[in-house]
Amino acid sequence: MSVKVIIPTPLRVYAGKADSTEVSAKTVGEALGQLTTKFGDLRKHLFTEDGKLRSFVNVYVNDEDIRYLSKENTPTKDGDTISIVPSIAGGLV
Amino acid sequence: MSTKVQPITSPPSPATKATTLTNEEILRYSRHLIMPEVGMEGQLKLKNAKVLLIGTGGLGAPLGLYLAAAGVGHLGLVDFDVVDFTNLQRQVTFGSDDVGKPKTAAAQARLSNLNPDIQIETFETKLTSENALELFKNFDIIVDGTDNFPTRYLVNDACILLGKPNVYGSIFRFEGQVTVFGMPDGPCYRCLYPEPPPPGLVPSCAEGGVLGVLPGIVGSIQAMETIKLILGTGESLKGRLLLFDALAMKFRELKLRKNHSCPMCGDHPTITKLIDYYEFCGVRGEEAPGPDVQVPEITPLDLKSRLDRGDDLFILDVREPHEFQICNLNGHLIPLGELPRRVHELDSSREIVAHCRSGKRSAEAVDFLHKAGFRKILNLKGGILAWSDEVDPSVPKY
Repeated sequence: MSVKVIIPTPLRVYAGKADSTEVSAKTVGEALGQLTTKFGDLRKHLFTEDGKLRSFVNVYVNDEDIRYLSKENTPTKDGDTISIVPSIAGGLV
Repeated sequence: MSTKVQPITSPPSPATKATTLTNEEILRYSRHLIMPEVGMEGQLKLKNAKVLLIGTGGLGAPLGLYLAAAGVGHLGLVDFDVVDFTNLQRQVTFGSDDVGKPKTAAAQARLSNLNPDIQIETFETKLTSENALELFKNFDIIVDGTDNFPTRYLVNDACILLGKPNVYGSIFRFEGQVTVFGMPDGPCYRCLYPEPPPPGLVPSCAEGGVLGVLPGIVGSIQAMETIKLILGTGESLKGRLLLFDALAMKFRELKLRKNHSCPMCGDHPTITKLIDYYEFCGVRGEEAPGPDVQVPEITPLDLKSRLDRGDDLFILDVREPHEFQICNLNGHLIPLGELPRRVHELDSSREIVAHCRSGKRSAEAVDFLHKAGFRKILNLKGGILAWSDEVDPSVPKY
């Protein structure tokens, strides 16, 4: 299953400056696993030390938040887009 | 510490609603009035609206300009900052003459000049848990154009407690996020992000940079959403998170759901009053976070005299290559993010002085290297900025 993962601007520095990458995965968890294998520096920004997805990082399959689907077990199909959306605070500075 | 907010300008007029426009106003707003979606009725809604802008910087600039120009009758501006030269690249409310002036006063002067018919109330203060509810209660809509997580959660919670819409926008480098929180049955900021990132894990805007046009676009979208809320027309961004990538020039939209177990706006809220948002966000003290770690330091003057004396010091620059091009202290460049895998380039028997722009990233580098067994390592206090101030003014500050 070829799935596109969109990497947000703040995390691109940990992903060799890539803005997206293709992975082959049947679930969101698998896709993120492959992503962090490919880009090791991303791991600590996406997962806590005990391997849980960090609470300030939201993950979407197409336009749906995986917290309201089956979280990391959410299935993915060919052509799906996974978006990683971390909180950003900037505005005034 | 209780800071009661005193409006610096005249208080809002009594709650009498305008029911007519003057002939001058009719001329000024004629391009609104001839559109059926606004018309006389809509223009009067704008005239009677009270909008509070939190922050008068990058996002606040287009917000203030467009809302004032559109005839929003009562604008409140909250900011404690002063205009500096680095603001002018994107904060288009301000001119070079405004450098050194309080942002609220400079913005008020500009917006009053743009539209003398509206009331502008300025609050030259930091938004705090003590003053937020008092400040917000006199306004219909709150627009969040701040730059830090504690204030974002504070704005959200105060809006939920008072039942006010919160027009949200945030930016980073080339990317923006916009939505409307705090609408009846709509989600709030905590539904989207229950917790802030720990300090240090996400680069700040000051370190990450931002392309000047980006806040112009994102702030303009916030202004549009604000006007739509006032007019009660169109489809608001409630329940939708708009993502904008300026480099790819792509807009995307994600579904944003109300979390029924949200501690703030859920079915059984557990947060019923404003809290300490600096503590919540893991930031100690009132001011912006300094280095999270205490590391041995050297002042720019001490470093200068030791270099002049011919001491064998290895200067380690942990900034990014594009920053090195702006100015440097002839150091060895290893960006902070690459330090773990390039640590072999360093000789632990030599004395190392690490520096960055302001001393924050290099404090992390010193902490990291100390844990990696380096014992002779110092952080240049205040970074290149302090070096420029105290030793060599020919080094540009950025």
